[in-house]
Amino acid sequence: MQIPVIEAKGLARRYGSFTAVSDVSFRVEEGQTLILIGPSGCGKTTTLKMANRLITPSAGEVFVEGRNVRELPETVLRRRMGYVIQSIGLFPHYTVSQNIAVVPRLLNWPRARIRERVGALLEQLGLPPGQYADKYPHQLSGGQQQRVGIARALAAEPPIVLMDEPFGALDPLARQQIRRDFREIEELRSKTVIMVTHDIEEAFEMGSLICLLDKGAVQQLGRPEELLLSPANDFVQAFLAEKAAQLEFRAHSLADVFAQLEQGDGPQGPALEMPPDTPVLQALYLLARQGGQGAYGRTLHYGQWRWFTLEGLFGLFRQMLKRWND
Amino acid sequence: MERLGIFWQFLADNRSKLLEQVLEHVGLTFLSLLLAAAVAIPLGIYITRHKRLAAGVLGVAGVLQTIPSIALLGFMIPLLGIGLKPAIFALFLYALLPIIRNTYTGIQEVDGAVKEAAMGMGLSKAQILRQVELPLALPVIFAGLRTATVINVGVAALAAYIGAGGLGEFIFGGIALNNSTMILAGAIPAALLAVLFDQLLALLQRSGRLQVLKAGRALLILIPLLSSSYFWPQAYGPGWTAGIDPEFIGRPDGYAHLADTYGISFNTTILSSALMYKAVSRGDVDLIVGYSTDGRIKAYQLAVLEDSRHAFPPYYCAPVIGAEVAEKHPEVAAALNLLAGRISDSVMTELNYRADFGKESPQTIARDFLESLGLWRPDQAQGGERLDIGSKIFTEQYILVEIFSQMINGYTGLDTNLRPGLGGTKICFDALRAGEIALYPEYTGTGLLVLLDTPADTVEALIDNPDATYRYVRRAFDASYGIQWLEPLGFNNTYALMARQEMAKRLGLKDISQLKR
Repeated sequence: MQIPVIEAKGLARRYGSFTAVSDVSFRVEEGQTLILIGPSGCGKTTTLKMANRLITPSAGEVFVEGRNVRELPETVLRRRMGYVIQSIGLFPHYTVSQNIAVVPRLLNWPRARIRERVGALLEQLGLPPGQYADKYPHQLSGGQQQRVGIARALAAEPPIVLMDEPFGALDPLARQQIRRDFREIEELRSKTVIMVTHDIEEAFEMGSLICLLDKGAVQQLGRPEELLLSPANDFVQAFLAEKAAQLEFRAHSLADVFAQLEQGDGPQGPALEMPPDTPVLQALYLLARQGGQGAYGRTLHYGQWRWFTLEGLFGLFRQMLKRWND
Repeated sequence: MERLGIFWQFLADNRSKLLEQVLEHVGLTFLSLLLAAAVAIPLGIYITRHKRLAAGVLGVAGVLQTIPSIALLGFMIPLLGIGLKPAIFALFLYALLPIIRNTYTGIQEVDGAVKEAAMGMGLSKAQILRQVELPLALPVIFAGLRTATVINVGVAALAAYIGAGGLGEFIFGGIALNNSTMILAGAIPAALLAVLFDQLLALLQRSGRLQVLKAGRALLILIPLLSSSYFWPQAYGPGWTAGIDPEFIGRPDGYAHLADTYGISFNTTILSSALMYKAVSRGDVDLIVGYSTDGRIKAYQLAVLEDSRHAFPPYYCAPVIGAEVAEKHPEVAAALNLLAGRISDSVMTELNYRADFGKESPQTIARDFLESLGLWRPDQAQGGERLDIGSKIFTEQYILVEIFSQMINGYTGLDTNLRPGLGGTKICFDALRAGEIALYPEYTGTGLLVLLDTPADTVEALIDNPDATYRYVRRAFDASYGIQWLEPLGFNNTYALMARQEMAKRLGLKDISQLKR
């Protein structure tokens, strides 16, 4: 059997009589992304920080490429794990390129190699070095800062990257954009990643494994579809239900509900035309905003016209909500 | 305009002295700042790592800051003597708080996310301190150094009290001598130094982070250089070292007159008269010019050298009182004149000794004395009109104002309020003229030479005759200021040159003329 890149066995952390994390185990193989998810206070961040020993476990072991991390000095261990946090934490007195070069410099890479590496990373992350290398963090937008944060984590080519809600501080637009870019970073695809999030959409989009925690204990660990298809307990079901309704509204387009829409040309009056891949929620929003001017909306799919009113679409929407909450 | 002319003239006449004082002042400021930074920055860093100690350390530094500077200097004498060491140490203590506090705050305020990221990337604690915390805290630490510098420029003026030099020599000399020009000659350069250093450091601070790092290096060179400036003017020749208070050094019958009369010269150190007795007894200086009735002469076993050539003029002591009060309350003058001629030299020395050595309170001493004369009476009335009585800042005056107060309480329906320890002659005199105080004890010699603009030939004619001096001063004060001299108390507290008894005996010193070599 393949040796997992990172493996946790029975991790626990207690603070006095309070147990933050108990008995968390997982194995992550090369190129996999493990998502740690759960409601706030569930112990996901504590678990992540035990991986690079920012928090010392009260019990249990972590193995990196088969080696117990206790055998390594903390700083050596951490330099082999990229670390990205929600608040980014770029050094404000360093330029973008100096920020990215921190770990390679700690590892005494030759100057030329560092310069080359920094340039390549900036290029990959869509920040042309000529324009950005000498900027200071405060001159960048939040999204750009987090890209630099990711470049910094990848700089020394660590086999493992730890991410603590890396996109949590960004506004939804920047967040989607950076996530899309993120998937396209070739280098990251081969990395073994552990990522903390509270956003189920992010978890399903990015995770090869999802570890759902509650009150410090693992509720279910498995592939995303396993969690959806066979939730291990009521908590898992409830957690997914609450979030998944949102997922579905955003995921379902008019084409998906085409069969349930009215056929034909629709009533007289101005119609608001939308492409069939318009998400249902967006269609609702657009129609509502149109007010009296567009009494109904319509869409053309494979040569067939379907039409809908605000009321009708809203009814459909409510049915979807109910189905998830039952 | 005329005043300005006088001011420039004074600076021109005293330019080498001024330069020397400025260099000493700068040296004192930066030498202490250097030491303080060397202690306070590491200490500030240490308490960010051991937060439980932070409150304690900042508390202690805060308490040190609140000790009045002259008191702190006084505490230092028994431990460190006089001169540079105690001055530096006191300034060092004052500079600690702003530097510790700003180092602590600066490091505390570094964004937690930045520290977490640094730790997560595998920087060691020392690397985080060096590469992250210190550079980011630098502007705040710098602000602390700035505050400390300005505080030190101010406090360094007080170093003149303990023979460490600096611009305080002009300032306190001027206060003692009623010489505003001299005060300004010290105060203006001191203020300019404070503004200059503050602005220079502000300039560095504003010039951006990278420049601050470079500036930090420049400061590493500059501060020791500035610190060493203290030693540039030091060029003591061989000979006697003498501790002299700022008043005596500058007055017409003072050091210059003494040196002229006997044809001698000393390596002079400016010392507060409150501290000089201790300094000579410790051997920090060979000689001091003290007061002939001071109790500490006995307490510290000092020998007064005879003034065979009458270099020191007579200083008969009498209460001086504002004309308005004198007119409104003739009973005050009547009560105080009961003391006329009742306190002889030896009595006054004895009373001073009881305070300085016996540690008795001036109140007890005054009451015992009045009872021994049969003059003491219980307080006549409580809550009457109050007279403010001022005194200069030495023992004899503290006792005299107690005696005055008890006499006024006993013989008039008035109440008294004591305001002893008013700096020097000028402060007392100005307070009396402004009506802030009703009376204080003054000396005829001081009146003649310091407070009145007496022509030199008049001084010459009067100076050997105590009674004529008293009459002249009384008349001139009334005419010039409307201030009344009451009857002299009897003793003559003139200046006197004194040495340790042991040294005087060993060298066979009896008379000032023997000091000439």
